[in-house]
Amino acid sequence: MNEEHFENKEERREVVVPGEIIASGDNLPGDGTRKEGENIIAERYGLAEKSGKVMRVIPLSGVFIPRRGNVVIGQVSDITFNGWLTDVNAASSAFLPLTEVPRYLDKNNLPEFLDIGEFFNAKISNVKAKGIDLTFEGKGLGKLEGGLIIKINPNKVPRVIGREGSMIRLIKDETNCKITVGQNGIVWIRGDNVEEEILAKKAIMFISDRTFISGLTEKVKEYLDEEKANGGKK
Amino acid sequence: MAYTKRFDGRKFDETREIKAKVGVVPNADGSAMFAFGDTVAIAAVYGPKQLHPQHMQNPRKGILRVNYQMMSFSVSDRIRPGPSKRGTEISKISEWALDSATMLDDFPNNVVDVHIMIPQADASTRCAGINAASLALAHAGVPMKDLITSVSVGKMDKQLVVDVTKKEEDYEEGEGATDVAMSFLSQSGKLVHVQLDGKINTKELKEAFKMGREASKKIYEIQKETLKKIEKEN
Repeated sequence: MNEEHFENKEERREVVVPGEIIASGDNLPGDGTRKEGENIIAERYGLAEKSGKVMRVIPLSGVFIPRRGNVVIGQVSDITFNGWLTDVNAASSAFLPLTEVPRYLDKNNLPEFLDIGEFFNAKISNVKAKGIDLTFEGKGLGKLEGGLIIKINPNKVPRVIGREGSMIRLIKDETNCKITVGQNGIVWIRGDNVEEEILAKKAIMFISDRTFISGLTEKVKEYLDEEKANGGKK
Repeated sequence: MAYTKRFDGRKFDETREIKAKVGVVPNADGSAMFAFGDTVAIAAVYGPKQLHPQHMQNPRKGILRVNYQMMSFSVSDRIRPGPSKRGTEISKISEWALDSATMLDDFPNNVVDVHIMIPQADASTRCAGINAASLALAHAGVPMKDLITSVSVGKMDKQLVVDVTKKEEDYEEGEGATDVAMSFLSQSGKLVHVQLDGKINTKELKEAFKMGREASKKIYEIQKETLKKIEKEN
C-alpha cells in the first residue's frame, strides 16, 4: 500500500509538525493536511510529500488505523456461535465469521480450527463504526501455525517490506524463514529452527529501529552476515 | 523593596532553560519530556483505543482523557500519591486546553489517554505538563490543528515575570505574588487556557498575555525542533 512513498527522492520529504504551513499557493490538501486560505497546513506529525499538486503527510508514528483491504495478522480473543472475535492491534476488535473458513467445520467445535490465543492472517473486508470484519478471501490467508510472533510499529511496515518486497525477500533468503508482515505491525516468522527465527527477528528489529537511513538494504545484509558469523561461535 | 532583580538572575521576559525530548516512554504510542529548569514533566499518550466504561463513549467523536499526577518525591514535602483535588483540577484544565487542538472526529467511541507525570517540581508544573502532552500527542500521530504551548506569567509586587519558580511564587513583599498560567495554539496564538492565582488588574493582565505570547513563540520553536530532530537522529 505504502510502497510508492519510497520511490520518491529522500530530499523531497521533510518532517513536519501539526499546525505547520507546509506549502502555499496553488496546491491541494491531501491526507493529514487542510487548506486555510492560500496555505496548506499539516494536521499530523510526519513526512510532508508532494505528488503533483496534492500535498500530504505520511505519519511516522501512531496506532494502526484499519482500512479496507489491509492484510493483517490477528489473534483469537473469543469464540462466538458464528465466528471468532479477534484482536488485530486496532482500537476495536475484529470479527472473523465462520462462513469465511473454506472447509467444513463442526459448528459446535470452532476451537478445532482456531482456538483462543491462536494466530491467523486475514484481510479486512469492512470497517464499521463498531468493529472490523475480516475475510479469508485471498492468497495465503488462513491460520498461522507454529513460528514466532513479533510486533513492530505499523508505520514502519512499508520499510520492512521494502520496495517491491526487496527487503523482506533479503531476510527470507538469508535466514530461510517464512515471514508474513501484517499491515497492523504484527510479524509472523517461521523457520526450520529457532536460531534462524531469532536471526530474522533481529533483522526486522534492526530495520524498524533505523527507518531513516538510506541504503538500508545493504546495511541489513552486512548486519545479517555479521550476526551469522558471530552466532555460530556463541 | 520592589522586585527589580529575579532570584535566579534571569531577565523578566526570559524562561528558564528548556529541555525537551520525545520518545522517552518506549511502551507508549507517543511520549515526551519537557522541562523548565528544575520543573520536569513526562507525558505518555496511549491510543486512540476503545473507551471503557462504555457509557462514556461518544459515537460522534473520540474523547481525550488527561491524567496529571505529581510524583510523591517531586517536592520536598512528600505528596501523597493518587488522585487529589488539585491533580483532578489540573487534569481537567489540561484536557480542555489540549482538546482545542486535537481532532478526534475520525475515532468514534475511542479515547486518547494522556498521562502527565511530574517527577520534579519547581512551580509551573501544569505549563510544563501541557507542553509535554502536546509534544506527546503529536508524537503519537494524533491529528491536531496545531501544537499547544503553555507558559506561566507571574507578578512579583508590580513586576511581571515569565516562567515563575517556586521561590517567586512564595514572594510576599509589596503586592505579593500573582501567577497566571496560560496556553496558546502555537501558530495562531489563540488563547486556550488561562488560570489566575492572586490579584492583578486588567491592564497588567493584558500585559501578562502579551509577555506570555512572546515567550510561547520561543517555546514553540523548541517544541518544533524537538519533534523534527528525532527522525534525524537515527
